[in-house]
Amino acid sequence: MELVDNLALGLTTALSPENLFWCFVGVCLGTLVGVLPGIGPTATIAMLLPITFSFEPVTALIMLAGIYYGAQYGGSTTAILINLPGETSSAVTAIDGHEMARMGRAGPALATAAIGSFFAGTVGTLVLVLFAPALASVALGFGSAEFFSLVVLGLIASTALARGSTVAALAMILLGILFGTVGQDLYTATPRFTLGNRELYSGINFVSVAVGMFGVAEILRNLEDERGRNIVVRSVSNLLLTKEDLRRIAAPILRGTALGSALGALPGAGHVLASFASYTLEKRVSKEPKTFGHGAIEGVAGPESANNAAAQTSFIPLLTLGLPGHPVMALMAGAFIIHGITPGPSVIKDEPALFWGLVVSMWIGNLLLVLLNLPLIGVWVRLLKVPYRLLFPAIVVFACIGTYSINQNVFDVYAIAVFGVLGYVLVKLGAEPAPLLLGFVLGPLLEQHMRRALIISHGDPTTFLTRPVSLALLIVAAIALVLAVLPSIRRRREVIFREEPT
Amino acid sequence: MPRSTKDILAGLIFIGFGLAFAAGATAYDIGDPVRMGPGFFPLVIGVLLAILGGVIAATRSADEEPITAPPWRAAGLILGGIVVFGLTVRGLGLLPAIFLTALLTGLASRLTSPIGALLLAAALTVISVAIFVVALSLRLPLVGPWIRI
Repeated sequence: MELVDNLALGLTTALSPENLFWCFVGVCLGTLVGVLPGIGPTATIAMLLPITFSFEPVTALIMLAGIYYGAQYGGSTTAILINLPGETSSAVTAIDGHEMARMGRAGPALATAAIGSFFAGTVGTLVLVLFAPALASVALGFGSAEFFSLVVLGLIASTALARGSTVAALAMILLGILFGTVGQDLYTATPRFTLGNRELYSGINFVSVAVGMFGVAEILRNLEDERGRNIVVRSVSNLLLTKEDLRRIAAPILRGTALGSALGALPGAGHVLASFASYTLEKRVSKEPKTFGHGAIEGVAGPESANNAAAQTSFIPLLTLGLPGHPVMALMAGAFIIHGITPGPSVIKDEPALFWGLVVSMWIGNLLLVLLNLPLIGVWVRLLKVPYRLLFPAIVVFACIGTYSINQNVFDVYAIAVFGVLGYVLVKLGAEPAPLLLGFVLGPLLEQHMRRALIISHGDPTTFLTRPVSLALLIVAAIALVLAVLPSIRRRREVIFREEPT
Repeated sequence: MPRSTKDILAGLIFIGFGLAFAAGATAYDIGDPVRMGPGFFPLVIGVLLAILGGVIAATRSADEEPITAPPWRAAGLILGGIVVFGLTVRGLGLLPAIFLTALLTGLASRLTSPIGALLLAAALTVISVAIFVVALSLRLPLVGPWIRI
């Protein structure tokens, strides 16, 4: 069986001592930044991207992926124990998880989160194994017109599912695309918008954009209102679940996993949307919806499973279409490109060890997380006592060193400050930074495919509408756009995102 | 419908960037649809962004939350710290650059005393060198030409 061979290849790759070690480092770091509020996986991966330069490509990707799904785990620990969600996706977990902790049931809440996450992570990985190769082989037949329409769809879908104003998100995408045009034009080598700086010929460094908008801007926001954190940690005893608990969490875990697997594969909010949607669903199907918000174990099981399943399946668009669905995936795309691999449908065929190694490592990483998190909960909680005033200077310093080390270009360092200010101002005015980063990464792809498609069609713009696959993708994009702008849907989205802290 | 300052400011920023890129794009060859020049794509996107900026400034409803004041002092120190890193990393080398940046950003917190910031900067310098130079063997000169003489 081909699948068995592939998985065997993945297993040998993922279990090599070096890869296993860096997978471990990745999930540890991920748990750490998931636990610590004020620094998320996006900024962390952006900072660490440069240092994976010297790694083998597969090792680098295994570690970076570990940071991403590790952070989903870590975020729920603090959400349950101290009602402080380290990650947006665990904000829902805090609602009932922390209530359980207050009732002295922190142990079962943590165990539920771990079991749900592990099960969902396993299923999510399986979904990836089963669907990615099929989707990639379809995408291999795509021409430039199809890719153009696909990128349009990806960008529009990401705004439809993101929180906040749709128009502002669209504007952020366009702004990102414009920043992406800085540098030499692909076809004529004309330097564009470089303002005479040679350093900008190769474009604005995307690590600078990511670190500035997600790292520095976030620090500035946190320093607006600086207070010492006073943390009361609930003691954890008895991680065992009762038979009754197990009976109650089984169905929510299954539903959460299914929902998360499906939503994760869509471009946009991914794991964040998945956990909120799962909570809403569990509340609706529950026979006693009143218990939600008062320590309902279903309210922990569902969302935790959903966000972890989504974390796995959100790799599908990136690995099969080369289309990152959210900022972390945009950074993963950057990691591929740094290592000279173009993410897309040909990765599975050309780099089988990389693809299968990465996929299998995610399952191993999930296993490591369970082993790591439950017994070591005390250690993670103690890390929470590291005050923010010691943390943010470290973030700034690491960001500077990491960014500078990529090209030894001081211009990239200044760019961090510029994008930090821009990101801070725009967030304050109600525009989220995520769409900008997506536009920045996908913009060059959009332009390249548009121009190539038009050259092939001799300048006939109807080429995007006469090719059936391209037309279908554009129609879906148009529907998504209309739905996102419609007031009724917007209101419903606001309800889903209402409880999310910004 | 009442409009909020936030939306008007956000709209103006988008209009500004859109027009700036569109104007800049006209300096390059626009070309025609068959052979698009380097200016075509940024011109189109820039104009679209300016239009969206106009929509945001004109139509979004009021946002009741007022804009909170930015942390001027902290922002100045952090951004200054980043710029200082860029200015000194070549001339002074990695060690002094890290120390200065850590010192400035450390001072950005009102809860950190000057002595605390010095200690933090020293500790961060050691940690950074241990991670980047020792563990990850990053090849960057620790001390630069300005100091060696």
